[in-house]
Parts: sequence; C-alpha cells; structure tokens
Amino acid sequence: MATTEQFQALFDPRGVVVAGASTHPGKFGFVALHNILTNGYAGRVFATNREASPVLGIDTVPSIDDLPAGQADLVFVCTPAATNADVLRSAAAKGITAAFLASAGYGEAGDEGRRAQHDLVALAHDLGMLIVGPNGQGVVSTPSSLCAQIVAPYPPAGRIGVASQSGNFVSSFMNYACASGVGISRAVSAGNAAMVGVTDFLGFFADDPATDVALAYVEGISDGRAFFRGISQVAAKMPVVLVKGGASSGGQRAAASHTGSLASDDRVFDGMCRQAGVIRAHTIEEAYEVAATFATQPLPRGPRVAVVTTAGGWGVVTADAIAGTDLELMSLPADLVAALDAELAPRWSRNNPIDLAGGETKDTIPAVLEAVIRHPEVDAVVLLGMGIQSNQGRMEAEGSFFPEWGLDRIVAFHDRQDDRYTTVASQLADEAGKPVLVATELAVTFPGNAAVRGISEAGRLCYPSSNRAVNALARLLERSRWLARRRG
Amino acid sequence: MPHSNPSLPTRTLSEVESKALLAGFGVPMPVERLAADPGAAAVAATEIGFPVVAKLCGDRIAHKTERGLVRLGLSDAGAVRDAAAELLDAATPEDGDVEVLVAPMVRGNRELIAGLADDPQFGMTVMLGIGGIFAEALADVAIRLVPIERVDAEEMIDELKTQALLGAFRGEPAVDRTRLTDILLGLSRAAIATPDLVSADLNPLIVVDGDPLAVDALVEVRV
Repeated sequence: MATTEQFQALFDPRGVVVAGASTHPGKFGFVALHNILTNGYAGRVFATNREASPVLGIDTVPSIDDLPAGQADLVFVCTPAATNADVLRSAAAKGITAAFLASAGYGEAGDEGRRAQHDLVALAHDLGMLIVGPNGQGVVSTPSSLCAQIVAPYPPAGRIGVASQSGNFVSSFMNYACASGVGISRAVSAGNAAMVGVTDFLGFFADDPATDVALAYVEGISDGRAFFRGISQVAAKMPVVLVKGGASSGGQRAAASHTGSLASDDRVFDGMCRQAGVIRAHTIEEAYEVAATFATQPLPRGPRVAVVTTAGGWGVVTADAIAGTDLELMSLPADLVAALDAELAPRWSRNNPIDLAGGETKDTIPAVLEAVIRHPEVDAVVLLGMGIQSNQGRMEAEGSFFPEWGLDRIVAFHDRQDDRYTTVASQLADEAGKPVLVATELAVTFPGNAAVRGISEAGRLCYPSSNRAVNALARLLERSRWLARRRG
Repeated sequence: MPHSNPSLPTRTLSEVESKALLAGFGVPMPVERLAADPGAAAVAATEIGFPVVAKLCGDRIAHKTERGLVRLGLSDAGAVRDAAAELLDAATPEDGDVEVLVAPMVRGNRELIAGLADDPQFGMTVMLGIGGIFAEALADVAIRLVPIERVDAEEMIDELKTQALLGAFRGEPAVDRTRLTDILLGLSRAAIATPDLVSADLNPLIVVDGDPLAVDALVEVRV
C-alpha cells in the first residue's frame, strides 16, 4: 500500500526526473520527456542520459546522483531493468518518493523477470518509495499539466480519474475525452501492478479534490475479497464506473452443485459490483460515456423522464429505449400540458415524448425547455433533434450559392439559434439541478455543429444517439437508487 | 473468508441434517418425520396429513431424484407403507444407514432456488434464482458476497429478470419478499457461523400461497 503523500508525489510532483532520456525520437526515453515538456508541466524537469547529451533542449546528467536534492518528487524510469535498482536508490537519496516504471522485463518476462519485480518491490519498501508499474505507459495529471507517458494523447482537464490494468485503454479513455471535451483529472496505467493496483489508485481518487468520478479497467483480480473491500470504500464516496475485460481466471467451481452450475464466475463478479455500488459498463465506449455523464450531470432524484424532440421518429425510439430500463417515460401533468399548449401549435403530441411537430418560432424551444425542465415532477430530460437547421446551414455555407440569396444571414441565424437552444438547456439544467441529456448523431458526424458546440462549451457530453443517452441516464438512476437505499 | 480448496475432501450432509442446520438460521421447512420402517412411516404420514412425500434419507445419499428415491403424492397409509418398503429395499450397502423421510406434499406453481457457493476468487457467495424446469434455460440468478445486509437481499430479489413470477400469479398471492429476504439473510448467517460449509442448495424453494418453503436442502461441508 502507498500513502496519500506518495500518490501526491506521483500526480502533483514539484519536479520530475526522466531517467534514461534518449536522443533518439523513437525511444520511450525521448517520448516521455517530449510529452512532459510539450504539455505545459510547470514544475522543474530533469533528465539523465548515459552520455549526458542534451535532449529536447534539456541539459542531461549521467546519473541522478548528479542532480540537486529536494527538487523533484517523481522519477519516470525508462532505463533497462538491470540498472533500475541503482536508479531508485539514487532517486530516493535526492528526496524522490514516487517512481513510474515504463521499463519492461519484469513480471511479464518469465521467472527471472518475476524475481526482479519482487526484488524491486522489496527495495521500494526499504526506500519508502511508491513504485507504479513496471511495464506501464505512464501517468497523466491535468491539475499539474503533467503528461508523463509514452503515448498520446494529453486530455483536456476534467473531473474523471482513470486507473487501468491496460495502458492502451487509458489512451482510449483520454482519446474520448479529447473528442468530447469532457476531461480527465488523473489517469494512470498500473502496468504489472507490482506494488499498487487499480483499487489503490481509486482509493486515492476517492479523497482527491480534483476527482469526482472514478473510471477503471480491470482484467485479472488476484484477491477478490481485497478488491471488493477496496472498491466498496471508493464507491461509498464517489461513482465508480468499471469495465472488466477477459474471462475470469477463477477456474472451476469446487462444488458441482446444481445452483453452482448456474452461477458462472461473471455473475459473481456482476453481483460483487452491484453489492459494492460499482457501475459496471460492458464496453470501453459505454464506460467513458457513463463516467462522463457522472462527471457532468447531477443524479436524477427519481425515474421520471420527459423526452423533448423536434420530430416524431426520434421520440418513438427513445421511448422504446426508456422502456428497457428502470427509467419511466412519465405521463405529462395537466399543468405542463397547459403550459406547452400556450407555446406550441395544436398539432404537438400533447403527450410524452413531447414532439414539437414543427412550426416553432425563434423563442419556442427555449420556452418549452424552460417549462419542462423546471416542472417539479420532471426528474430528467432527454432532448432530441437539435442542430438540424445549422446542419442545413453548413451545407449552404459550403455550397456554390453562399453568401448570396440571403444565405449568409440565414446560416448565421441558424447557428446562433442552435447554439442558443443547447446552451439554454444546460443553463436550465444547472438551475434546476436535473440531468438534461442532449443526443444527436451530429456529435460524431459533424461535431462542429452549433448545437453540439453549445453542449461541449457548457462542459457536457453530446450523446451520439438517444439510446446511449438513455443508457447513461439509467446508470445515473442506478447509482441514485443504490445511495438512497443505503442512506435510508 | 474461507476459500474453497479443491484438494480438501468434502462430504454432503443428509437431507435431514442439511435442513436442521439451515432451519437453525430461519430457513422455513415443512414439518417432516423420519421413520425407520414402513409402519412408522404410515403413522408419521397420518400425523402430518395426506397427501405426503416419502424419500429415502441417509448421509451418503445426495441425488435422490436421479435414483428414483422420492415418491410423491401418497394419499393414504397403505400407499405410504408400500412406498417406504420399496425405498428401503432400494438402498444399497454403499448408502450406509438409511431411513424414510415423510413430509407433506407441498404444492405451488412457482419454484425458486437459493444457496451458498464458495467462489474461488471471491469466497463464499449467496445466490437466489428462478427454479423449476426452466431454471437452467432462464439462468435468472442474482449473487452477492457473504455476508449480505438486508438491502443487498432486497436488491437480489429486484435483480431477477422474471419479476412477473414474483408478483400475484395464477390465483396465488405475490411472493412474500420479506420472507424471501429473511431466507437469504439466514443463508448468509449460516455461512458465517459454519466455517466448514462449502455449499448449500435450497432446491426447490416452493412458493406456497406466497410463502417460500424449502422442500429440499443439501449442505456440503469440509471433512
């Protein structure tokens, strides 16, 4: 186990040493230094290189022994496994309390590697040093603008803390963060997890003021009970979204009883997640979307959802999606129907989904959103059919007639309006403290669309389909109910 | 939490011992009698009230149904005497000491299953599932790690997909969720209090007028 101070040294170091910085741009020792330097890390950066050759404008030294003491808290180790014990001893002597080891050649590399890893952990304990990895891709921490990793990307700042047994999935989550704008606080790949594993990082996130949601990827679990205890403590404090890859290593059940034969290992894992209050996602994509939803939307107070759509079909499939969850496609209260009657043409659906059915004036949609989102019986809103006009505007702006025929004015009008609609939706959601999820495929097909922009500028996720928005909302309800049942 | 170790030998308790162990933790069972001979079986059946079930019972008999050692719907003393005689004759020397268990014929349209199993990764778990002939096809089960709280047991019931089977059904009232919760909590307590316990099956739990009743029970312990 590691201390909070050690995790702070890892995520918010006063200075970083890259051990084994390379002049070759294809080497990890180059890439790690590059990524730290180019993403705005404000602390001091040092590097070692066997020949003391300058790398990326940094003067290097042959050994950490040659560096001043007390200037760095983290060493990012890219040196070969055989030299790492000396690197760590030198680092500890300079006051460094955390090490990220990108080096391979440990537990993943046969008996000899396992021995080396065992010795490394013993040494770390002797030195009072936290070791992350080995064989990991790195650590990212946006509060410190730290991108100490051997892969891209560097994500926008946000409230999601990522810990993963796979470094590549850390990258996947951060790529989603880059695309959606819903950002990351901390991200770390556990590598071989020699000293600390996923639940240890989540334990730090649980009390980390920079993090609101934990997002984890796990494959193997060595001690199921310890995992359950660790993750339960985190989920009691913050939402934990977890995706599990790979078949269970649990093996055969000792008892071939009838009940036992029905209970596959994955059902045990699933039940463990429910008991711990962990939100289990089934794909990486779902995991990110659900975590991003926890990070940007309040929990619904109840299951009652109002669907607002500018056209019928979207509402129909969204009603179907809601029917497959614990969410409730609420009946519209009479006073809400009356309020909407005052805003809409008589052909509107007068039912939920609230299909505006066209003919809106420029202020209709904000007025409808205000009536629906503020209504006390509405727990959550799904908003559909935004961005249609500005998508037409895009075609006109790119077409051969632009800007003649009044196209410049109408294109600008639609852009303003669509941006306004989704911006107002977010403002009303904030005021009411309710989740309001906007879904349109424009989020992926034409992400520059004004409606999509209005959502991302409000710091929220624009869902690429209504079924994905409904799923994310249903997972929020799952959390809300889990908490309510345990808090009486 | 004890983990199963496949190298350690286990044994199954008899149905009577299994039921006695779990009844001690509040699992509801029908009133049953053990009879050493056909005459005693007929007396027991008369006291219980017809119709009854007769089963051959002994420490080493685990799979009664497969071996044809269960006789259902016995409606008078003569039928009980005949059935008991046949069951005692069917015993083999390997079965050890045997007796005939006489129990009321419990009827209900719905069957559930519940139990305990020692998971190699997570240790002792408690499960609840839809039972009956479609149990394996439906595979509708909910599992938690022992020990569970009341809220966990309630969520296990809610988690079953076949909720329609738990409501009012074919003229029978809805399943009493409080009693079902108590059974799951009882299993959890049994696992904690019995460190040698490896598995327990309540199969079936027949729902009688809304009340789940453990008609059969099998407990496996480390030797």
